[in-house]
Amino acid sequence: MDFVSDMIGDRMVVTVQSARIDAAAALQFKDGMRIATEGASARVLLDLSQVDFIDSSGLGAIVGVMKYLAPERQLDLAGLRPNVERVFRLTRMDTVFVIHATREEALRDHAH
Amino acid sequence: MRTDMSDRSPTSAPPMPPDIRLSFPASPLAVRRALASALEGLAHLDLTADEQGVVELVLAEALNNVIEHAYGSQHRGWVELACRHLSDGLHVEIRDEGRPLPDGPLPIAPDRVNPAALETLPEGGFGWFLIRDLARDAAYHRTDEANHLTFRIAVGLPLRMH
Repeated sequence: MDFVSDMIGDRMVVTVQSARIDAAAALQFKDGMRIATEGASARVLLDLSQVDFIDSSGLGAIVGVMKYLAPERQLDLAGLRPNVERVFRLTRMDTVFVIHATREEALRDHAH
Repeated sequence: MRTDMSDRSPTSAPPMPPDIRLSFPASPLAVRRALASALEGLAHLDLTADEQGVVELVLAEALNNVIEHAYGSQHRGWVELACRHLSDGLHVEIRDEGRPLPDGPLPIAPDRVNPAALETLPEGGFGWFLIRDLARDAAYHRTDEANHLTFRIAVGLPLRMH
């Protein structure tokens, strides 16, 4: 599982460059995110626009990363594709995260 | 033991070969490959992208439960997946020889999340919840030292009525 992280303004943007965050990838995802967000600023944006599928293990891993970063750092999400959005919606996790339609929108909103 | 989760009894399937029959070792990577094979095997149904996503998610959750709970990390075993499409949707049967489910109703996920209570947010346990939400007629039997889970996913219906 590959990640790219960039500092854009005061925000760290982490892009997952894999199509799946499933049970086979959940542990790798958590480990990779810990490394990618080392020394991160107060706001971290997770860009999921390349992810086509997550299961409840993948969801659990994202929640785990959010809890690991808290309370100093907040994890926001962007670019949820339909299969990913469905899992967040059905589990009500869409009420827990700040979710932006796209990474561009997230960065624009934050620029003010 | 037999536990029905729904008020509707499972539709009995006619004796014809299933659209899909897969047998694979109980590992997350094997599940990933099985999901890809299953979706390939259902291509002739012309499911919508949304329906394909639902099928993949429900199958993933049910199979992950077998890997994690029936077998666990200590045990090696095999999982069998059979799917047959009928007029009321996709009928799924999953068989394994791992530990039985605990007695009582099928385990359902934790309560709906409380966004305010970050510390107590669950990181797991959503699998059964998603199955319950997206599948119908889920039933579990333990026979001959094997677990049989059956359910139906209302996809590929003639009138697209769910």
